[in-house]
Amino acid sequence: MSTEDIAVPALEIHDLTVSYQKRPVLYGVDVTVPAGSLVGVVGPNGAGKSTLIKSVMELVQFSDGWVKVFGEDLKNNISRVGYVPQRESVDWDFPVSVIDVVLMGCYGRLGLIRRPGKEEKEKAHAALKKVGLEAYAKRQIANLSGGQQQRVFLARALAQESDLYLMDEPFAGVDAATESAIVELLREIRDQGKTLIVVHHDLGSAREYFDMMLLLNMRVVAFGKTEEVFTGDLLQQTYGGRLTVLSEIAEKFAKEQS
Amino acid sequence: MVPRIRTIIIFGVALLSVTVHEAAAARIGEIVETNPWDQIRRFITFSDRGLRLSLIGAILFGAVCGLLGSFIVVRKMALFGDAISHAVLPGVALGFLWSMSKDPVAILIGATLAGLAGSLLVGAIRRTTRIKQDAALGIVLASFFAIGLCLIRIIQNNEGASKITGLKSYLFGDVAVLDRYDVIIMGVVTISTVILFGLLYRPFLAISFDRQFAVSIGYPVRILEALFQMFLAFAIVISLQAVGVVLVSAMLITPAATAYLLVDRMHRMVWIAMGIGIVSAIIGVFLSFLGSNLPTGPFMVLSASSIFTMAYLFSPKYGRFTKWLRYRNRAKKVREENSLKSIYHVLERRGMESSGNRVLITDLSSHRKMSVTKIFKEIKNMERSGLINLEGNSVSLTDDGFEKARSVVRNHRLWELYLTNEANYASDHVHDDAEKVEHFLSEEEVSELESYLDYPQKDPHGKPIPGRASA
Repeated sequence: MSTEDIAVPALEIHDLTVSYQKRPVLYGVDVTVPAGSLVGVVGPNGAGKSTLIKSVMELVQFSDGWVKVFGEDLKNNISRVGYVPQRESVDWDFPVSVIDVVLMGCYGRLGLIRRPGKEEKEKAHAALKKVGLEAYAKRQIANLSGGQQQRVFLARALAQESDLYLMDEPFAGVDAATESAIVELLREIRDQGKTLIVVHHDLGSAREYFDMMLLLNMRVVAFGKTEEVFTGDLLQQTYGGRLTVLSEIAEKFAKEQS
Repeated sequence: MVPRIRTIIIFGVALLSVTVHEAAAARIGEIVETNPWDQIRRFITFSDRGLRLSLIGAILFGAVCGLLGSFIVVRKMALFGDAISHAVLPGVALGFLWSMSKDPVAILIGATLAGLAGSLLVGAIRRTTRIKQDAALGIVLASFFAIGLCLIRIIQNNEGASKITGLKSYLFGDVAVLDRYDVIIMGVVTISTVILFGLLYRPFLAISFDRQFAVSIGYPVRILEALFQMFLAFAIVISLQAVGVVLVSAMLITPAATAYLLVDRMHRMVWIAMGIGIVSAIIGVFLSFLGSNLPTGPFMVLSASSIFTMAYLFSPKYGRFTKWLRYRNRAKKVREENSLKSIYHVLERRGMESSGNRVLITDLSSHRKMSVTKIFKEIKNMERSGLINLEGNSVSLTDDGFEKARSVVRNHRLWELYLTNEANYASDHVHDDAEKVEHFLSEEEVSELESYLDYPQKDPHGKPIPGRASA
């Protein structure tokens, strides 16, 4: 990692506004994530946590604002970003084996036509070993438990060798042992100087897992070091109901615009 | 990479040259033959050139349907395939109107455009209203099909019935109407589809499995999806004459769904689906040929469905019959092991557990709480498998049977001990669970339990845990 990277923030989100079917989900989000941090995104259901990282990945369109990844537009730096979708977003009956899925982590580097070679296969196996599933390489993915499926997704992300990871609920439906193994892994990735932004639903464990926290409820309530942000007052603002006036007016405005 | 492309190209050129050569042959529709044995002979000897043309056509579209169908099935787009296949009909009619003849190129272009228009319309309805995909598909499917039917009727009224004979096959499917140009077009479409999916297999796999991830690694997902839909429309159009608008989606879905029941890896599924597609199409041609030009489409679909039924019942992993068989074998194994265990228990109580010592069948029946007749039947079976010896009214364990009995008892007692020590079960609760688990512990699991429990001698009830012969 060069010195330039330390100066340039891993992710910069400026005045981001996103609407789903004319209903605003995110409103004027401004966040600058320094490189090398492990950030938890917390907030109540429907706060727009998943939407936030999906709009960074351009999986949902935003109506306003911009996003920069390591100082550039996403398309210039897409190989440096790894996205881990929610486990439920795919069909686990799909006819692929565990190693097939992990190998997909190398697809981005290979481009459209090149096939994975020996190097990629070794990387995939190494990633699988990291998450403790090397014995499962040839298994069909349907024969895995929820925690194992989540670890397959993480192995795929590791195989991507990205500098910035965006993870959507990697702890959802995972047993306690797997959860602590995943946290270990996330810290290890962070210690390599990489940046992780993790959507998390459990406030209790969030405090202990993350260096920095983004409290989100349609807009950014607070963003900063965990010990600074984790205050009763700010949490009350995040979870204590929506800002009804903001959401109503924003909704009305969006309807007028369309 | 490079040799793969070369193989594909050589395969393509070879296929194309055969296609062009055979395309000069007569149509099977012109042959009038009634003796079925003679028909079978001609089919098998491949002597009928018109038939050869139909067969090449069948192989081509069977393969392309299997290939694209595999992706449709895993992406849960079956209804979408059905909708596109109906949506192409007005395009077929317009292509026909444009050239005023059955020009396959004009029809291919018209049909593909109509198919794409249909899928765009479905997307637009879904995006701009709250109507979901299935309802949008239903609306578009039916409207396009209706437009197509009207257009065909208009052509028929204006041009007379003679012009329409070629168009009829688009509705119900008749492989006999394929002429050389049709087959050449089929060849070109099939070969380019195989090349495209050979080169872009991984991107299509990634999109099918996890579309969001595919977007996130920078794949041009929209372009690839448009390409997929275009080739889907091509595949449907070249299959239309052979299978007909109404049934063509079955040729996309059924062979692929069959393959899905058979294997767990996408690339194998694609190959098998292509094979099943080809076989179904050939059987369809054969039956139609045998019956002097019965409609081919229904026969192809029926043979595909028959193959599906076979896979449904007999698939090695997911077949209903296979599962039942597995269940039965398991039940037999459990019964057998329980009997062995009983013999062991009776012997143990007398302090003479070893092979060769005899146990009365009546003792066994009271220990197992089963009637003598039932026990006797089982003993007969076990004697056949060489586990016990039957001598008059008593039985003894063979060396094999004794070893098996010991291992079941060992499994049972090890598991009881494990539950009591490690899982905090009360010792009077563990027996029922161990009754089930004892039959399913693998060699490795037993070794693991043994070393975990530090090679114990006694179970929680104080009974000895039999050691291992090898240990």
